Amino acid sequence: MRALVITEQLDGIFRKVSYEALSEGRRIADAINCEMTAAVLGSGIQNLAEEIKKYGADKIIVADDPALAEYLTDKYTLTLADIIEKEKPEIIILGSTSLGKDIAPRLCAKFNGAIATDCISASIQGGKACASRYIYGGKLITEVILNAKPAFIALRPNAVSINEADGKGEIEKIGANTQDTPLMFIEKKMDAGKKELTEADIIVAGGRGVTGGDFSAIEELTELLDGAVGASRAAVDEGWRPHSDQVGQTGKVVSPSLYIACGISGAIQHFAGMASSKIIAAINKDEEAPIFAKSDYGVVGELFQVLPEVIKEVKKIKG
Amino acid sequence: MNLIVLLKQVPSTESFVSVGDDKKSVKTEDVKWVINPYDEFAVEEALKIKETFGGTVTILTVGNDKATEAVRTALAMGADNGILINDPAAYNCDGAGISKILAAALKNIQYDLIIAGQRAVDDDNYYVGAATAELLNIPHISMVIKEEIIDKTIKCTKTIEGGSFVFATKLPALITTQRGLNEPRYASLPGIMKAKKKPLDTKTLADIGINSADLGEPMLTIKEVKKPPQREAGVMIQGDTPAEKAAALVKALHEDAKVI
Repeated sequence: MRALVITEQLDGIFRKVSYEALSEGRRIADAINCEMTAAVLGSGIQNLAEEIKKYGADKIIVADDPALAEYLTDKYTLTLADIIEKEKPEIIILGSTSLGKDIAPRLCAKFNGAIATDCISASIQGGKACASRYIYGGKLITEVILNAKPAFIALRPNAVSINEADGKGEIEKIGANTQDTPLMFIEKKMDAGKKELTEADIIVAGGRGVTGGDFSAIEELTELLDGAVGASRAAVDEGWRPHSDQVGQTGKVVSPSLYIACGISGAIQHFAGMASSKIIAAINKDEEAPIFAKSDYGVVGELFQVLPEVIKEVKKIKG
Repeated sequence: MNLIVLLKQVPSTESFVSVGDDKKSVKTEDVKWVINPYDEFAVEEALKIKETFGGTVTILTVGNDKATEAVRTALAMGADNGILINDPAAYNCDGAGISKILAAALKNIQYDLIIAGQRAVDDDNYYVGAATAELLNIPHISMVIKEEIIDKTIKCTKTIEGGSFVFATKLPALITTQRGLNEPRYASLPGIMKAKKKPLDTKTLADIGINSADLGEPMLTIKEVKKPPQREAGVMIQGDTPAEKAAALVKALHEDAKVI
């Protein structure tokens, strides 16, 4: 038995969920007394392999190749397929990110494996991989057994803790596999300095109640708290926020430590996307808003009056 | 241009779904069934491409008798024909079996571009689109918010956390949709009337040359379905002015919840 963790880096920086996947991989490997391999793909990434040693991989396979300088589904799939052939892992853990969800199903189909996406925990029971995962955009949770091997577990960001551990940390280099790969990389555009919603520890979200679409106070509070801005579908449909900010059953599912819902009534679809937040605070002028029934802290009040005061108070704490 | 849309019928997102009596299934008797929202984007995009390049839009779905409604809705939006693989042997398939069925069906169909939803909003496993492309040995680009076809090459903008990538590939290829790609049209009344006369082929697994043994077991066995921990109403912050309420809220978040 061997566990493989597929890491994800962009421009030399790992996604936080990769550390979570490594930590979960180590926990599983320890529980069933097996070795863990980590895979790192990219170009000019030797130092990255060193960086993850502290999460306890026994082996780190580094595919450091100019052909992998930018993520491309086919080149990454084939290179990872080589690693899977070589390591023969029975369980494969990776982040349930856009790229994780892009590549894992292809690999899973290639190896006739099983996959559970957006998992919040994983374990091995009776020799089989098991996972907890949300379905219906967070309305229900299922406990599933993955029947085929390799078993792919894609972990939802922010779901498991990051822990350092000991491992042998042997580094092995391999080349990229680029045979018959038709995809072409044209360009990438990253939103500079914007924190990713699914990885944010604090989210300040606005809905229909942000009358006129003025998100400046929400943005200011978000920045103070080093968080990310979220939005309900209503706010996105109004054109106040980009689609990438949408939280809910047909948007992103998030699990921050703190979710501050501003002017969001709390439709079932929105709630599905943020119900697993550790603490929910709601500000809404309608005291009957359904969001209050599910919030740890509720403030009935006019958003544009309350938020500036909240900002003042947070500034006091942050000194 | 031969365009194929992979479509699934799912409970509408307004639905309250609940745990089945066996605690291993989802109760869906009273829900409203609709086209998976991400597949609606796929239908719309296929129609737009057809408007530019001509060709046909074929709806391909695996489902039971009820799924006919979803296919008819897509035909009413403007798709040309539908194929429903309706076979009891497929009813208990999960993504593993469905992708094998779709790939088997597609081996007998001429296509330039396949469009699928990035995920179905019921089981949320993000599997079928990319897996079907793998089984067909064609490239895929997932979570597409913009596409452009020039000279049999498709160029797509796909979203990732914190940004986007632009990839291109020669057709045939498969793409999956992301919110923002388009605004799906509604089926018009004349569209609904016309849809009744459009061809909708119902096929069995045998018709597409695959048998239930080829499908294998479902990749996931559900041990338990449960409700997420139910949240209860907490503290309503009191105060006479916005400033007092804000101070009490921030104090609670800082000192009690310790989240800021």
